[in-house]
Amino acid sequence: MAKQKFNIIKSTCIPVAIDNCNTDLIIPARYLASTTRDPKFFGDAFMHDLRYDADGQPVADFVMNRPEFSEAPREGVHEIIVGGQNWGSGSSREHAAWAISGYGVRVVVSSSFADIHRNNLLNCFVLPVVVSKDFQQELFASIEADPQTIVTVDVPNQTITNEATGHSEKFDINGYKKYCLMNGFDDIDYLLTKKADIEAYEVRNC
Amino acid sequence: MKTLFDKIWDAHVVQKIEDGPTQLYIDRLYAHEVTSPQAFDSLRDKGIKVFRPDHVVAMPDHNTPSDQQEVINDPTGRKQVETLKSNCEEFGIKHFAMGTKDNGIIHVVGPEKALSLPGMTIVCGDSHTSTHGAVGAIAMGIGTSEVAQVLASQCILQSKPKTMRINIEGELQPCVTAKDVALYIMAKMTTAGATGYAVEYAGSVIRNMSMEGRLTLSNLSIEMGSRAGLIAPDETTFAYLKGREYAPKGEAWDRAVEEWRKLKSDDDAVFDKEVTYDAADIKPRITYGTNPGAGIAIDECIPALESIADNEKDQFLSQLQYMQFQPGEKLEGHPVDYCFLGACTNGRIEDFRAFASVVKGKKKADNVVAWLVPGSWLVRQQIIDEGIDKILEEAGFELRLPSCSSCLAMNPDKVPAGKLSISTSNRNFVGRQGPGARTILASPLVVAASAITGVITDPRKL
Repeated sequence: MAKQKFNIIKSTCIPVAIDNCNTDLIIPARYLASTTRDPKFFGDAFMHDLRYDADGQPVADFVMNRPEFSEAPREGVHEIIVGGQNWGSGSSREHAAWAISGYGVRVVVSSSFADIHRNNLLNCFVLPVVVSKDFQQELFASIEADPQTIVTVDVPNQTITNEATGHSEKFDINGYKKYCLMNGFDDIDYLLTKKADIEAYEVRNC
Repeated sequence: MKTLFDKIWDAHVVQKIEDGPTQLYIDRLYAHEVTSPQAFDSLRDKGIKVFRPDHVVAMPDHNTPSDQQEVINDPTGRKQVETLKSNCEEFGIKHFAMGTKDNGIIHVVGPEKALSLPGMTIVCGDSHTSTHGAVGAIAMGIGTSEVAQVLASQCILQSKPKTMRINIEGELQPCVTAKDVALYIMAKMTTAGATGYAVEYAGSVIRNMSMEGRLTLSNLSIEMGSRAGLIAPDETTFAYLKGREYAPKGEAWDRAVEEWRKLKSDDDAVFDKEVTYDAADIKPRITYGTNPGAGIAIDECIPALESIADNEKDQFLSQLQYMQFQPGEKLEGHPVDYCFLGACTNGRIEDFRAFASVVKGKKKADNVVAWLVPGSWLVRQQIIDEGIDKILEEAGFELRLPSCSSCLAMNPDKVPAGKLSISTSNRNFVGRQGPGARTILASPLVVAASAITGVITDPRKL
């Protein structure tokens, strides 16, 4: 898993205006039967049953297949998904975060995230950004009016800006996670440095 | 003035990171074949061992077939199950192999073997880990990266959720089960209503509820958005756990019960949110949409379009389009194709007793395919010991082998595209029981009544 460090991301967006977009939609269960973490495999499975019909043909009117949004993410292009509310509800499958990351997305913006999925995104170095419903709806409107709308996610300053309107919001991230994202550290590395504390806890409690 | 959640959480804090999450000690990690292989890979990549292998219990359940368990024909599913076994051997972890008497769905096996005990912190790479909260534990679903963290350190880093108490007061009406209570709460508060919270269930209905019912209720906490659904342990809990395989024995049991009696919210505990529902308002329920909150009482109609808020109309209609239903339609009497009894939600002995009580002396409808799948080999044995299998057989039903089965389309029990299934499982998502499959969630009683008539049937009227 590539751990690309975070700083300032300026990119066009893919609008996925589905409320309660559960992790079964983000990646259907039949793609969970993998024992590896191949980014291409999971990226290809991202939103599979909305992107493709039963015969494997692209569903023309699904947003990710519309010409203006179909280009695979690269720097400055489609690195941000703007999702509907309660993004990532349901199953705890981290495969959903692997699918988002494998597709090339670095930031998911929504007015609310399901708790487990939000943690999974962070552990996969995808930043979940919670914005107000008004900001979210304005973003959808800006992107619909102009698919080239740029959004800036400034991690050091914890701000997100809709460059079409100039509107900005602050977003929350705790200092520990921010440090991890900006420096490419993950929780397991941190925990491995805490063995002495864990053993002391066990002596006290177990 | 602490809540039950606070008491268990505080007892497991190794440290609080400044401006960051809490490092929480985990008493029990469960692992299954779907969300663990990449976690074991992480350990191998880093060249480390499992820190506390005796705290970890693993078993395959998602890919397990329910018709025979000699072989998994699907090569990718077979590889996952084999990989779990070899990982457990390599890292020295207890493994309940497919087809052995110890195996079953993790969320059924854990409580019934008393591997899940009051006061514990319990995690698993599975959102329905909330089930184990019914014994009075903090039990949460986690992702695979977090599974790796627990394997490596017996800890996870978590921000403390807010607390919510849901009180159900009064007395449940006949044919109203724990499943109906959960479906009612979801419909009231939506599937995101408890996001960010750890829920405690309380009130007279919960106090009078069996352990199986409590496990069903806690299981469905995640469908309200809550990662955890706790119920304070009481005499019902202790009676359920006593004598089970991994429960403390003798004097150790007495000492444990003494400690467990302290595990309840203090009288002056303050919750971040508290809601109370009247049991008299809850009827047998069904869902009509593609999220578990889209539900109605079985004798009600699907809401009319006019009653839906303007900004929700599109999604309401798209759910109904998938389900092939109309706004305002009455579903009672609508033909069904598949009936599923089982899953970590309703795969316990009480669920099979309930199903049998409805179908006894009747015959399964010819138009219905029925899958009756015990949640574990222990449950299956109890079904046979109580003679329930004979009742089912005489009514034209076949008892299958323990598996997650038709809950999630990762094994052969898939509902074909377009077919309508009435199911005791936990999710009616698009494609959940198979690509294009349509799912109605209901209690074992409603599913049993519908299996007899071949149409959606109110068990009170059968």
